[in-house]
Amino acid sequence: MHKQKIHRRILDKITEKLLTLSGALTSIIIVFISVFLFTEGIGLFNTPDIEEGYALYVNSENRIDNLSPEETKQIFDAEVTSWKAFGGEDVAINVFRLDAIFNFYSENELGENYELLPEKLGEVISREKGIIAFLPNEYAPQGLQVRKLETATVTLEDYFLGTDWIPTATPAPLFGVLPLVLGTLLVSFGAMIIALPLGLGVAIYLSELAGNRERKLMKPLVELLAGIPSVVYGFFGLVIVAPLVQKAFNLPVGETALTGSIILAIMALPTIISVAEDAMRNTPLGMREASLALGATKWQTIYKVVIPYAKSGISAAIVLGIGRAIGETMAVLMVTGNAAVMPTSFFESVRTIPATIAAELGEAPAGGAHYQALFLLGAILFVFTLIISVSAELISKKRHS
Amino acid sequence: MIEAKNIDFYYGNFQALKNISMKIEPKTVTAFIGPSGCGKSTFLRIFNRMNDLIKDTQMEGECLINGQNIYDKSINIDNLRKDVGMVFQKPNPFPKSIFENVAYGLRVNNMGDKSFIGQRVEESLKDAALWDEVKDKLNKSAYELSGGQQQRLCIARALAVKPSIILMDEPASALDPISTSKIEELIHNLKNQYTIVIVTHNMQQAARVSDNTGFFMLGELIEYSNTKKMFLNPEKETTQNYITGRFG
Repeated sequence: MHKQKIHRRILDKITEKLLTLSGALTSIIIVFISVFLFTEGIGLFNTPDIEEGYALYVNSENRIDNLSPEETKQIFDAEVTSWKAFGGEDVAINVFRLDAIFNFYSENELGENYELLPEKLGEVISREKGIIAFLPNEYAPQGLQVRKLETATVTLEDYFLGTDWIPTATPAPLFGVLPLVLGTLLVSFGAMIIALPLGLGVAIYLSELAGNRERKLMKPLVELLAGIPSVVYGFFGLVIVAPLVQKAFNLPVGETALTGSIILAIMALPTIISVAEDAMRNTPLGMREASLALGATKWQTIYKVVIPYAKSGISAAIVLGIGRAIGETMAVLMVTGNAAVMPTSFFESVRTIPATIAAELGEAPAGGAHYQALFLLGAILFVFTLIISVSAELISKKRHS
Repeated sequence: MIEAKNIDFYYGNFQALKNISMKIEPKTVTAFIGPSGCGKSTFLRIFNRMNDLIKDTQMEGECLINGQNIYDKSINIDNLRKDVGMVFQKPNPFPKSIFENVAYGLRVNNMGDKSFIGQRVEESLKDAALWDEVKDKLNKSAYELSGGQQQRLCIARALAVKPSIILMDEPASALDPISTSKIEELIHNLKNQYTIVIVTHNMQQAARVSDNTGFFMLGELIEYSNTKKMFLNPEKETTQNYITGRFG
């Protein structure tokens, strides 16, 4: 008898500890993930803004000290052809990459293991006044007339306000996340514009107007919609919605922000419907009866009593819907066309943050600037969802008190 | 004047009311008593057609209010319910401010402009003996009030649309004795203006507040008479047994 009691006690204690442990573990994992995102990403701002292991060299008579990544890109894309544009002399820019050395010297002249290469490079640079050479550090040119351009690190401004996302450009990759951030917001916003009225409408119908039979039929259907893998939605979007959008608006391509919004809206619907419907069905019968007993119509009761009563649940539904839309990756990756340009309308291709991460992380060398830039994108996404859930929490708290 | 004629009521196959007829005079308080499940609440909800909300129910018979059958097809239920107010067992204020709770019935029925509503809200709260307690916090949530205050708020809410009849379904059963006595006092004062029908579990309460009492059992109206007579000298033995506490 006594022994049994001790056993029970020990068992209770163990269960209690296990539960505490799992709670603690979950919290630790969440904290770990967010810290991990930021620490992996934050290094970006200590990374030089040109490709790692390389540097830019100019003739020492050149007055330019440094170039921003944007300017570097313009030079190497031959969009700018004179140093005058950056405040230098009016000398034509001569872009030089390592392989161009063979235009000046034969392989034999560079030594057996290219040990003469730095010297020869120095000679070339010294001769050409307008030259800019993009060279690996191991062959850093030597010569009196050679000057290395100072490299800056990636700045916050370049990253957060930059309008070009060209992470693989050489010599200077561009990590402007603005087009991705705006693309994400645009697609999610569009999705919400479509999904909220539709979702709340269906939720009201199911909880207030539908008979038992309709509800029994529709609820499982709606919930089934939530179980469809997102890649299948992507297929559907690509094959059905994109051509429809293309035809309907007479566009050159169907993979647009609008297509993404439509697919996301469909994907967010089940969450919005079931959470909002549950909230509305939880409105006590007494509350409805009180309203009807005062001569209110059914519809007045719905929008003056049921919806206000359920508003914290409804805002939870909205937040979960937005969360789904902002974080959704696969389907969006498939249907939005993935053009990392500043979005100007719903009828153009855009690229979202999650799609960018999914598409590029595999190719980004671990620890490199591109990799770090992607992690920071993840952190931005994390901050977005954090802001949404915190503000929803605040709204429902404020309304309740 | 309420007149029920041969009312039968069914929940699915279960007959909850059996051939009940009753007349209720205007500006009186009528109490319905009886053991749980006797049909007294169901009968009360006949008068404002609240039972319509429950699925799979069926009613037979006639219920006349001021000479008109409220179950006639031509009747507008919303107007009927405006005229027949109801107070429920559990205080059920809306998730709105105190003011908006009382103004609700006026707003949904499009009664009057802003100043009229303000005036009527004040009147109703005074009639419900709540004004002095809430006049400084009309914009606070109704949920900040105590249970007893909430129930008086619900009464004020019912009064605001000026019904002629007020139905009360065990209005004090969830309240403490002090709040209960306040509600009873209120019922006493409201009698001058309204016809009140109250369902109660508490026989002392029925004896204190009502002019007439109906005793229900197993869906039948066993006895219906003047309250004093019912409690002092009931006609039926079952009534006698119930009010003396032998069962129930």
